[in-house]
Formats: sequence, C-alpha cells, structure tokens
Amino acid sequence: MNEDLNMLEQTALNDYKYGFVTDIDTDIIPKGLNEAVVELISKKKNEPEWMLNWRLKAYAHWLKLEEPKWPNVKYPPINYQDIIYYAAPKKKEQLNSLDEVDPELLRTFEKLGISLNEQKRLTGVAVDVVMDSVSIATSFKEQLSEIGVIFCSISEAIQKHPDLVKKYLGSVVPMTDNYFAALNSAVFTDGSFCYIPKGVRCPMELSTYFRINAENSGQFERTLIIAEEESYVSYLEGCTAPMRDENQLHAAVVELVAMKKAEIKYSTVQNWYPGDKDGNGGIYNFVTKRGMCQGDHSKISWTQVETGSAITWKYPSVILKGDHSIGEFYSVAFTNHHQQADTGTKMIHLGKNTRSRIVSKGISAGQSQNSYRGLVRASKGATNARNYSQCDSLLLGDKCGAHTFPYIEVKNKTAIVEHEATTSKIGEDQLFYCRQRGIDAETAVAMIVNGFAKEVMNQLPMEFAIEAQKLLAISMEGSVG
Amino acid sequence: MLSIKNIHANIEGKEILKGINLEIKAGEVHAIMGPNGSGKSTLASVLAGREEYEVTEGEVTFLEKDLLELSTEDRAREGLFLAFQYPVEIPGVSTTNFIKAAVNEKRKYQGEEALDAVAFLKMMKQKMALVEIDQSLLSRSINEGFSGGEKKRNEIFQMAMLEPKLAILDETDSGLDIDALRIVAKGINKLRNENRAILLITHYQRLLDYIQPDYVHVLYNGKIVKSGTKELALELEEKGYDFITDEADLAASL
Repeated sequence: MNEDLNMLEQTALNDYKYGFVTDIDTDIIPKGLNEAVVELISKKKNEPEWMLNWRLKAYAHWLKLEEPKWPNVKYPPINYQDIIYYAAPKKKEQLNSLDEVDPELLRTFEKLGISLNEQKRLTGVAVDVVMDSVSIATSFKEQLSEIGVIFCSISEAIQKHPDLVKKYLGSVVPMTDNYFAALNSAVFTDGSFCYIPKGVRCPMELSTYFRINAENSGQFERTLIIAEEESYVSYLEGCTAPMRDENQLHAAVVELVAMKKAEIKYSTVQNWYPGDKDGNGGIYNFVTKRGMCQGDHSKISWTQVETGSAITWKYPSVILKGDHSIGEFYSVAFTNHHQQADTGTKMIHLGKNTRSRIVSKGISAGQSQNSYRGLVRASKGATNARNYSQCDSLLLGDKCGAHTFPYIEVKNKTAIVEHEATTSKIGEDQLFYCRQRGIDAETAVAMIVNGFAKEVMNQLPMEFAIEAQKLLAISMEGSVG
Repeated sequence: MLSIKNIHANIEGKEILKGINLEIKAGEVHAIMGPNGSGKSTLASVLAGREEYEVTEGEVTFLEKDLLELSTEDRAREGLFLAFQYPVEIPGVSTTNFIKAAVNEKRKYQGEEALDAVAFLKMMKQKMALVEIDQSLLSRSINEGFSGGEKKRNEIFQMAMLEPKLAILDETDSGLDIDALRIVAKGINKLRNENRAILLITHYQRLLDYIQPDYVHVLYNGKIVKSGTKELALELEEKGYDFITDEADLAASL
C-alpha cells in the first residue's frame, strides 16, 4: 500500500488546544427538565411574565415533539433529564465596565485569543462573550449606541428593549419549528441581540464568542439580529468547549431579519470540541439558523467554517420574501476522526426576481461522515427566481464518507435552479507532485485543502479568514501523520 | 553525480525494472528511449521516490548520498527535479504561491533564508523570460485548465526556478505540437550547463532534434539493452525499435 495514502488514513492525535477548564465559581441548577426548571431559569434572569409564558408554551410544545431521525448521523439517545440547563459564572452584581469582570474569566478568554479589552477596537471588532448560560461582557456598547446600534446580550434586550424582542423573537424560527428550536425556546439562557437602525452601516464587526465551561451542562443560546431599512451589519460568532469524555448538547437558535435594502452578513467559525480520536466526547451541535429577507432588495449571507463538534446538525437558511432579495450560503465543513456532520441550507424563494447562491465544500478525513443537505424551493409567486448550487466534497483517505442530499422544489416555471456536485479525493498524484517539488506531505495536504476551500474562505471578514485558515490547518494536523 | 547500480523495482508484485545500470556526470545530457511499457517512466518514478514502486535490489547514489534512503521531498531539496509527463491540477492553489513554497522549502533545507516577495518576484521575472511563459498563467491555479503545451512549459518554468542539479524530463515532448515543442526545447537548452545533468525520457527521436544528447540508451523489458551516442537515436528512427528488441529477445532466449 502506498505510504501517502497510509498517511492520510492514519488520522492521528490532534491536540484540541481550547480543551482546558476554567476553575470558577459557578451557579448551577440541578440536572433535569420540567416546568419548574423553565420557571427557575426565567426567574434567575428576572424576566417579565410574557417571556416566561412564551417559554412555557414552547416547553409544552416540545413535549409533544420527537427528536428528528432523518439526519445522516448516528448517536445514542440523549437523556434530556441528565443535562444541566443553567450554569453561570457567579457574579456579585451587575457589571458597569469590563474592569469589573472576574480576572480569571479575562484570563480564560485571553487564552482563547479573545481580548475583552476595549483595545480590540483597533481591529474594528465589538465582542459579546457568552460563557455557559450567560453573557459576561459586551465591548463597545457605548460607542455603538451613539449611532443607534444596539449590541447587547439577549437577556439585557429582554429587559431594556422588550418591544423589539416581543416583535421579532420567534418571528423567523417559530417555537414550533422543530424539536431543538422548541427546546431552545423553552430553556435558552443567553445569546446576542443586535439592532441596526435605518440607514446605518455598522462601523465595526459585531462578534459573539460562545464558550461552554461547566460540566454536564448544555448551552442553549439565542441570537436575534434586526437590520432596518438600508442598514448593513457584519456579524461573526466563534465557539469552543473543554475536552470531556461525555457529550454535551448545544442547541442554539439564530434569527435574522433584513428589511428593505438591508444587508446582513453572518459568519461562523465553529470549533466546538469534536471528541477524541476514538470518538469519545464532543459537542452535539444541533442548531437552527434562519434569516428572513423581509424587504425588497435585502440580502442575507451565511458563511460558515465548521471544524468542531462530534455531531453537527444545522442548515442556515434564508427566506427570500422581498422581491429582488438575495440569499447566500458559503460553507466549509471539515470532519476528522469520528465526527459526523449533516449540514447545508434552505433557500426558500417567495418573492419575484429573488436570487440565491450556495457554495458548499465538505472535507472528510479519518472515519468521519460529512453530508450536505440542501433545499431550494421556488414557490408559485417566485417569478424569475434563480438559484445556483455547488457542492464539492474532498476525501482524505478511504475510510471517510461524503454524501450529498439536494432537494429541489420548483412551482414556478420561470424559476431556474442549477445544481453542480463533485467528489474528489486528494490523490496520491497531487501529493506526489507537491512532494517532488520539496513540499512535505502535511504542508501539501493543507495547501490542497485550503485551495479547495478558498472560494468560501474569501467570503470571511479578513481577520477571521486568517484565523479560519489557521483553524483548518490545526484541525487537519495529524490527518496526514 | 548519479550512479544507478543494478536497480530492480516492482509495482504490485510485478517486476518492471530488471537490473538497470547508469552513470551520469554533471553537465551531461542522457536520453533514455524505448518502446511503450519498457520501464522508462518507472525509472523516473523510482528515482523521484514514488512510493508505490518497491525497489527490491540495487543502489542509487546521488551526489554522494544514498538516494533510496532519502524521502521524496528531500530528494527534491537535494536537487532532483522531475518534469512530469502528466502534471496534475491543484484547484485553488496559485501557481506562483506553489512555486514560492517549493523554492523556500528547498532554501530552508539548504540552510538559506527564505526569499521575500520582492526577491522572489524578481527571480520569477527573469526565469519567465528564459522559458517564455506568460505571467497570467502563473496567477492561475496550478495546471487547472492549462493546455498540454502550457502544462509542459510550466514544468520547465518550475525547473528553471528550482535550479536542480539533476533534471529528469519524463516524455516532456508528448502531446506537444511542433511549435510548442520548439519553445519547450529552447527553454531546456537554456537550462543546460556544466553543473547540471539532464535525463531525457522519450519515446520519439524528434525531441532529440532540438536537444542534442551526449548519450542515448535504449530501455527494453526493464533493462538497458543498448547505449550509444546521438547517432543511435537516428538509427532507431530509421529502423524502428525492432532491430534492437529482436536482438535482445534473441539474446535472452539463448
């Protein structure tokens, strides 16, 4: 057997450098889920009654649902009574500035490469940081509020901007949408809230960093972004978790609303702990993300670089309701060892002259399984709707799998939907060519994979593109060892 | 510079090379000719370190080092270059960046500092003129959508950039029309010098009209059955391979 191929097969140890645990005083509630727990979460967050009622309604609905079985992933049944639904680093009182944040927490995020210092302004990024169930800090709040941009935790938004939250929460992803969305609606603990007023182009990247720290806890965050007419925002989220032997559940909901001529660019660099090389531990990442192009000429663009999680189940989607609205989905999903990913998008064309573009790049190594699942629907009213989909898969070695499940529903004759799919393997020919030029196998594979993912990487904001490229390289370490 | 002694090599258990001996000195150009399936490309692959070939016997010395002990990439860094018969495409990787990585890997290995962008571009410009390659080709992904001629020219350009001690050109003439062949041959001739050895592997004599070899060897059935000067190539052209292969078959049957 050729040694190059052997190297590709031997998906060796890969150190997950974010796998440490922060020793911090944590306020946790007992394991299990029932109405009292939902009430307790709401009470801990000092929520108004309407919010509690909304949660209870979601919980009642969740009880009637069953976990989806259609994804191309396998895992043992989840015991929802064995999860802690609220864990928060203890704090004495409301923080007025970042100086009051527990230094241990600051150190944690420094270690993760997230500076909570306002100096971060130099790079033009405002950060909201969520640890376990609560938002710890948000930078640049004041500067942003001067131009009318609201960027805060969703908990704070519920207190301070209840009208906006009431109006939009659940408007894109209803609490009844699916099993995990219903669960999230009942028990979500924090997340980010962004509101960009009419005509404002948000001057900095908004970013949320999610961190799971506590053991046995789940993370259920909720993000809501509203872009009023002719506004623009670029938002990025990142995530990591400690290495643990048991699986942890992360079930988030993200809702985006873009009004007339507004544009939202949403980028994700997902690096939840993927489990060890034998498939023990890791995060179950079951996420519902959806954007609504509400107004004419609005645009929503999802870009994701997914390297983490034991299992990924997520389909960032766009409902193209406004005429001439545009939806985009750019994805790189890298799976290694025993990771499983079932990810893709839904583009729902409702308005006239709506356009969508899907570029999905799946990379599988080790014994991982990587599936693209995408739906393109052109409804009756979607005259002249256009979609272009391109799904490429790259296999490293021959024990991994790549799958493509495209669904196309066209109910308007003027709509044009194009789908292209390729599957290729890093060939021994490509590797040999690089090595013959003096480039070692590991560098060569990184080069080939980055080349493969380039079209998507180019969509990321610059500083994150570099991060994402590094992340991809780190995730691949050992996939040619 | 290169000394091949009694090399035997297998692929998937089948013996392809059956005892090859060859000595190449700096500054020399050797041509290896032979009919299809005689083992020409296998010899190139074995020297470059392609791992599906198993060397079962013999030794190869390259610049006083045991070549077979070196990894594929270290052979390249020591100065062995293979111009591929079928250069592969690598989508999304620009030719310029690829060559820059290769040049700097080699420099690092030899204890030199990496070239910065300015120095690299200067070097590139100079070599581009040498092999008549267009800048626009180099900003594209490696070999992606290149014509046959462009791929081969790109190989010769990489050879110019990497300045090898020994260049093995595997059927560089195949698939080229006469104009492309002339340009590629011109580039190769410019890269000839007294410190560099070149091993031309070809099926046809026509390449040798443009690049004059010092020695010609005929490979047949895994062995070099005849060696000579460039006149041997002309004789082959005239009489075909049969006159040698029949002789060799006869000798083998005795």
